[in-house]
Amino acid sequence: MKSNQKILAYPYVVWLVIFIVVPLILVLYFSLSFRDGGLTLENYRRFMTPIYGKVLYRSLKLAFISTVFCLILGYPMAMIIARADISKRNLMVLLFVLPMWMNFLLRTYAWMTLLGKNGVINNVLGYFNLPTLNLLYNNGAVILGMIYNFIPFMVLPIYSVLAKMDKTLIEAAKDLGANEITVFRKVTFPLSLPGVITGITMVFMPAVSTFVIPKLLGGGQFMLIGNLVEQQFTYVYDWNFGSAISIIMMIFILIAMAITTKYEDPAEESGGLW
Amino acid sequence: MKKSIRLSIGFLVVITMLSVLAGCSSGKRETLTVYNWADYIDESVLRQFEKEYGARVIYETFSTNEDMYVKLKSGGAGYDVVFPSDYMIERMIKEDMLVKIDMDNIDNYKYIDDTFKNLSFDPHNEYSVPYLWGTLGILYDEEVVTEPVDSWNILWDEKYKGQILMLDSQRDSIGVALKKLGFGLNAENVEQLELAKQELIKQKPLVMAYIVDEVKDMMIGREAALAVVWSGEAMEVMTEAGGGFKYVVPKEGSNIWFDNMVICKNTKNKELAEKFINFMIRPEIAFKNTDYIEYSTPNTGAMEMLDEELRNNEVAYPSERIIENCEIFLDPGDFLKEYDRVWTEFKAH
Repeated sequence: MKSNQKILAYPYVVWLVIFIVVPLILVLYFSLSFRDGGLTLENYRRFMTPIYGKVLYRSLKLAFISTVFCLILGYPMAMIIARADISKRNLMVLLFVLPMWMNFLLRTYAWMTLLGKNGVINNVLGYFNLPTLNLLYNNGAVILGMIYNFIPFMVLPIYSVLAKMDKTLIEAAKDLGANEITVFRKVTFPLSLPGVITGITMVFMPAVSTFVIPKLLGGGQFMLIGNLVEQQFTYVYDWNFGSAISIIMMIFILIAMAITTKYEDPAEESGGLW
Repeated sequence: MKKSIRLSIGFLVVITMLSVLAGCSSGKRETLTVYNWADYIDESVLRQFEKEYGARVIYETFSTNEDMYVKLKSGGAGYDVVFPSDYMIERMIKEDMLVKIDMDNIDNYKYIDDTFKNLSFDPHNEYSVPYLWGTLGILYDEEVVTEPVDSWNILWDEKYKGQILMLDSQRDSIGVALKKLGFGLNAENVEQLELAKQELIKQKPLVMAYIVDEVKDMMIGREAALAVVWSGEAMEVMTEAGGGFKYVVPKEGSNIWFDNMVICKNTKNKELAEKFINFMIRPEIAFKNTDYIEYSTPNTGAMEMLDEELRNNEVAYPSERIIENCEIFLDPGDFLKEYDRVWTEFKAH
């Protein structure tokens, strides 16, 4: 039985090696070499200039803001779903996931028609004789797009942890005289932490590297790190510098995750990624 | 163990059957793989070619020269005929990605207007045959912009703050700034690029967005008043909106571009590829394409078939004087890095 299982795992090992390990090594190799070969740290040194620092800082800032918003909006949502009856719960999860069945680009384009100068929102405002707003092509639109697209990744892991939580613990806390706030602070929230950490990771990672959202909703006004990488690969043909930026990005994400996972209790059964 | 043997035998049988089937179909009809810009052909033309030559055409599309280049460079699918633009053809010739076309097989080449032959990117037309061409200019909404437009300077006018669309494309936007300053389109020194960068930074607060694909929709929806566009797109906006827009090639000069047909180095059927190119520049076929996508044709035979109104349209067929004032983009080679640095600094500002 045991050896059978091992055999079954081989295809996955091969898959992992071909599609994850080898490409990663290639990216690392590219980042450490000149275009015509030969090892160098030049690509990394080039990144250590103020303009790229600015780009990196802006990406991290926007991703951080949208992650915080996703958490603030997503946690109560997850609680509401987790506390609903089983029958309603599935429907609510379904409704929450439903928009994700549609293509991501399509949903982002839809926001453009909503936010545009002659878009739906401004038309409604105009109807009530209210002044129109400049909604599209600014930081706000980019953050909105990130929150909208990534919030399911925050809600679902938190929900799955909350739904599995042992309700008797909450009852016990209440029996011991804790009020709702104390129960949340001392029982519910600490127990849901693995879900929260997974959620943060799953929102922060795509948010920090997205290049489509700033392009469409930000109107290309400024550059985020994702756009910079795309530009290196498609326009400048500098795959080496592009790879170096990608590696630097991965290091930042790893640091962010190392910080968050520190707060995770490894003994707990969790919805965590690690 | 037995099960796995049976499985692998089954697998082998399926594979053999598939390869036999595939062998059959390719043996009967020749195939040609064509890689063109999205929405850049009247597709009925492809069916006609298949019928006439008993061949099968596999048709795929790309949306920028750069996407196309990356796909070809990474050794992707074996394309036979591709439709790159001027500077990209220059780069592809330099990198030995194309094969010379035997002009004896392209007897319709006589229909190509001499203006479009032997251009700098392919000096003896050994590698490419012109397909369509156009200019870069300003498209504006006549209701908002009532003053006459004849210069790039209007894109720096405070009056139109928040109503200007620029292209999210390094070469084109830096090119606009260079032309505004009176430099050449293919600046090859850093000082000129730095000055262009300062211009773009100055302009940034006035610009609504830097976009490419959405320009047409934004203009038709009257979300913006002035936009930098290619002439073919200007034609489409004007036809679709039914008036109210004008297109101008500024007096400081601009970019003129050509999309040509080329044959890839690793083509498996050069003869059929040449037949295809010859077919595409046959006057009736060239007419069908230019009539359908509204970009300008270099084909004199097709020109004669166009309606008079379109033939005399200054947007699609500008006068000699305007054309002479325009420059072709050249491949900057390694200097592209400087463009990229300037563009990144401008974007990060």
